[in-house]
Amino acid sequence: MLINEFLLLGAVLFCIGVYGVIARKNAVMVLMSIELILNSVNINLLAFSQLHHNLDGNVFALYIIAVAAAEVGVGLAMVLLIYRNRKSISLDELSEMKG
Amino acid sequence: MLAAAASTDINVAENIGFGIIAALMIVAAINVVRSSNVVHAALSLVAVMAGAAAQYLLLAAEFVAVTQVLVYIGAVMILFLFGVMLTRARVGRETDLNNKSWALGIPVALLMLGSMVYVLLKAFGTDHLDPVAQVSTAELSDSIFKPFLLPFWALSFVLLAAVIGAIVLARKD
Repeated sequence: MLINEFLLLGAVLFCIGVYGVIARKNAVMVLMSIELILNSVNINLLAFSQLHHNLDGNVFALYIIAVAAAEVGVGLAMVLLIYRNRKSISLDELSEMKG
Repeated sequence: MLAAAASTDINVAENIGFGIIAALMIVAAINVVRSSNVVHAALSLVAVMAGAAAQYLLLAAEFVAVTQVLVYIGAVMILFLFGVMLTRARVGRETDLNNKSWALGIPVALLMLGSMVYVLLKAFGTDHLDPVAQVSTAELSDSIFKPFLLPFWALSFVLLAAVIGAIVLARKD
């Protein structure tokens, strides 16, 4: 197989995820788009791992999966906290940190 | 085109499988970012992740594929569904999921996609993966626990901090 098949699939998924991060207002949907991005990166890492016959890409993919799990846990806890305080998880209403 | 395909000994079944799974993944991913129903979007994300696990199998990374199924489809998606259920009372179509300026995302994503496709085609135009080399789980674990032991420790601290942080954040009092 051409390595480009996997790399292009990763690029398409990455761009869809970036679109989701920009377009979505709901915080849970933004977290889902971030998961799309992380998955596309994992596909790229494994493809390069095969291309160079080197296991480092596999190890990094596993580490990314673990970090993504931690990120979702903390992210959803923050979303729950925001929802409890404001009864809303719209990201455009969170403007206290604007300068 | 066909002669070139025959001369480089391309595995047809692998390519057809890749194409079908990739098409399903892209359709499901677009549904994740376009759906007006949060639960449908979450279930489409399950399809994307299952497709990604299948692609990992095509890349002979069976341990990563199994981990993907266990961690993403098993744990992360349940967390997402809990998040949806706990923050939104109604399950159904919603009209206010997108930003007012959501259309801005389309040119940004297309521009990014165009530049990435150009660079990838230029850099890896004809690099072949054949034959796909088998990744043995024993070698993978040797790699994790010898050269990558320090990142592994750091990762376990990250997970511990995330667990404690999530409990502290979400606790009621």
